[in-house]
Amino acid sequence: MNTATVDDGHGHAGTMSLKLFISTYVFSKDHKMIGLQFLFSTLLWFFVGGILAMGIRWQLAFPWTDMPIIGGRLFSAEGGQISPEFYTTLFTMHATVMVFFVIIPILAGAFGNFLIPLMIGAEDMAFPTLNMLSYWFMWPAFICIGISFLTPPYGAGGGWTSYPPLSSVLSAAPGSVMAQTWWLTGVTLVGIASMLGSVNYLTTIIQMRAPGLTMFRLPMTIWSMFITAILQAFALPVLTAGGVMQLLDRLMGTGFFIPEGLVVNNSEMLSGGGQPLLWQHLFWFYSHPAVYIMILPAMGMVSDMLSCFARKPIFGYKPMVYAISGIAGLGFIVWGHHMFVSGMNPMLGMTFMVSTMMIALPSAIKVFNWLGTIWGGKIQFTTPMLFSLSFVSMFIIGGLSGIFMAATPVDIFIHDTYYIVAHFHYVLFCGTAMAVFGAIYFWFPKMFGRSMNETAGKWHFFLTFVFMNGTFYLMHILGAVGFPRRLADPYHYETFKQMLPMNQFITLCAFAMFLSQIIFAINFFYSIFKGPRVGRNPWRANGLEWFCPSPPVAHGNFDKQPIVYRGPYEYGSPEVDEDYYPQTQPPPEDVSEGDDTESGGDH
Amino acid sequence: MGRFWSLLFLSVPILGVAAFVFAAIPGGIFANHWLPEDISQHGAVVDKLFMFILYLTGVVFIVTSFLMFWFMWKYDADRNTEPVKYLHGSHTVEIIWSIIPAATLLFIAIFQMDAWADARMKYPTDKATGFKKPPLLLVTGRQFEWRMQYAGEDKIIGTPDDVHLVNDLHIPVNEEIVIRIQTQDVLHSFFLPNMRIKQDVVPGMKQHIWFEAKKTGTYDIVCAELCGWGHYKMRGRLIVQSEDDFREWMASAIAEQNKTSLNVNE
Ligand SMILES: [Cu+2]
Ligand SMILES: [Cu+2]
Repeated sequence: MNTATVDDGHGHAGTMSLKLFISTYVFSKDHKMIGLQFLFSTLLWFFVGGILAMGIRWQLAFPWTDMPIIGGRLFSAEGGQISPEFYTTLFTMHATVMVFFVIIPILAGAFGNFLIPLMIGAEDMAFPTLNMLSYWFMWPAFICIGISFLTPPYGAGGGWTSYPPLSSVLSAAPGSVMAQTWWLTGVTLVGIASMLGSVNYLTTIIQMRAPGLTMFRLPMTIWSMFITAILQAFALPVLTAGGVMQLLDRLMGTGFFIPEGLVVNNSEMLSGGGQPLLWQHLFWFYSHPAVYIMILPAMGMVSDMLSCFARKPIFGYKPMVYAISGIAGLGFIVWGHHMFVSGMNPMLGMTFMVSTMMIALPSAIKVFNWLGTIWGGKIQFTTPMLFSLSFVSMFIIGGLSGIFMAATPVDIFIHDTYYIVAHFHYVLFCGTAMAVFGAIYFWFPKMFGRSMNETAGKWHFFLTFVFMNGTFYLMHILGAVGFPRRLADPYHYETFKQMLPMNQFITLCAFAMFLSQIIFAINFFYSIFKGPRVGRNPWRANGLEWFCPSPPVAHGNFDKQPIVYRGPYEYGSPEVDEDYYPQTQPPPEDVSEGDDTESGGDH
Repeated sequence: MGRFWSLLFLSVPILGVAAFVFAAIPGGIFANHWLPEDISQHGAVVDKLFMFILYLTGVVFIVTSFLMFWFMWKYDADRNTEPVKYLHGSHTVEIIWSIIPAATLLFIAIFQMDAWADARMKYPTDKATGFKKPPLLLVTGRQFEWRMQYAGEDKIIGTPDDVHLVNDLHIPVNEEIVIRIQTQDVLHSFFLPNMRIKQDVVPGMKQHIWFEAKKTGTYDIVCAELCGWGHYKMRGRLIVQSEDDFREWMASAIAEQNKTSLNVNE
């Protein structure tokens, strides 16, 4: 190990000129810095989204009661209560923030940027300037959504799906006239930022792999980032177009989504001839693939972590690659499952039911292969491993509950109920967010050259695991009762009034889950500065990123050119005495050939 | 610690199944924590399909979660002294675990089709005449109420003898009825939990729903599609009456309305 001799270029901040500071930390073109910028921004938004969720949970547990401590300041007009208008803003913003500012950018932006060049043995991304822009295009979006939230009186309230006419007719939501416009602008800008990123990822992965790193030697993380980038590149333009159309509807009266003769709130629309369902098609044409954009990278990272901590090759590498490719292909022809009761031709509903059922297959294959990976291994229960195992366990629940809504007749009943809410939180929180936590613990040493505290990590895992199940599992039961989502007060319905105690229990679990994240926050920030220093490869993992110093060399990542001789999952190979066979270690017969490659191993 | 973590993961299928079992058992502290009472002719099919998928996914959930626990328990690095199984996969098992779920999923999809066609595609016909059944009434959603417009004696909607009501939907029991639904402003969704009916209403589109109630009583009409700040209070009542009661109510409603319109004319 010679980490001590490698200066990462960040050590001379004291003498650094302002210009250098800006080009290193602000408008940096270095993929690692951009990755960290995405990571810090998205974690901050994660906190914001979490607070919004707490507001929703407060209202559902204690409807129309004063919020303690902060209520009086936030909603002084209502005497500390959440008003129904503000409730619609809460769930709209919670979903918007979590989907567009947390999950998508933390996976593709933070981990994609940080890991892609490192894991393929490249010096940087193919287009560093484009990469920088993809981060800085997020800022106008942050600002737009921020303004939208703070615009009086109530902020955007059209739901994250922004269905017209509610979202496109100004008089339909009089409390959020400007806010909705800001919201649309913001979401459209996020799309552009991700599109810039995806082009870069595709080019980098295709063009810049280290010698010997064939496509079928890529780690699953990179495969999943690659497929995700394809999904983004092809699906996002549709959302962007839709977003611009809806903006024009609001600002110019184009009427793409507004039909003839609409009377909203006693004011008659002048434009007409549009079709509200068209928006739903455009929106879900993007947002269903987006569901996979929000889970595939997590699946890839989990595959890598599972193999590393089971000390065993990944089971069924190629089937896994085919499975995610299958998800990407099928992902484009299932969007209609969000629209079974929307009034879309019921005949189409049948087609979408079949394609949606079939997309469950690759997910099932992946679960079986993960189980195959840990079978017969030597499992090390580290913090990242616990998060990865919980990803699999929770994804089983989230995947299986999806079958209910794929079945059209059953979906009639559970559509727009808490069954759906339970389903996508199992996929996105208990799945993706847990994988992201695991990935942060796992790659933290590579990011900062220090490791996070394991004991605190395990407490964080344990508390989050328990309370998130307490929060989201019972939502299935709410859904079975038909408990509708997005209602500020469902309890005045006879059918739902008995569900209040269960909602109060859920809310308590949600608060506890939220508070458990304090452990993570302290551990994270403390370890950046005070965590124990680590060498190149603290987990004894086999990916190329562990071949370079921790943190990697500031310009160019690697101090030695990596040359790849085998895949990244050679754990427990009988050919070597160690329990893994590094990718860069030449096979015995090759040793005589090259003199510059024999130092490839890390030991 | 491996044992502790394994048991934590084992608690997922155990508590998970328990939650569903306790919710589904009638009575007790979890009374009415399951599918609401079904009062429709076709709802039993929907419920059966729900339960069918629940059992099927339940078995997969239990088996995979238990395997997960077992592997964690058995292959804990602290206790597993055998060398790791150096293995990159197996063609045979990949094929088995691709084909079986594929066939099952396809079966589920095909198994649902009849129920979907009955619910959404087979518009009821009048048995006596063989013609399409005319709608009993027109339901119009608007921010934030449901307006009912009964066809009246001439059975045609939009004529002066129509009966108008707000939020109250009277229907006769044991008769398949057709309702035309629409919206005047934004999207709403006409949700009858006890009828297993849900249909979004879209401006510019005329749609029909049909169902038959098996039981008299008063039930909820819920708006299930976000329609603005007052979405939560867009509540209606479904009043299922015996045939005689319904006819009596209709006659009085017409008489009442004629009286008021006469007054207006005076
Ligand atoms: Cu979808
Ligand atoms: Cu509504």
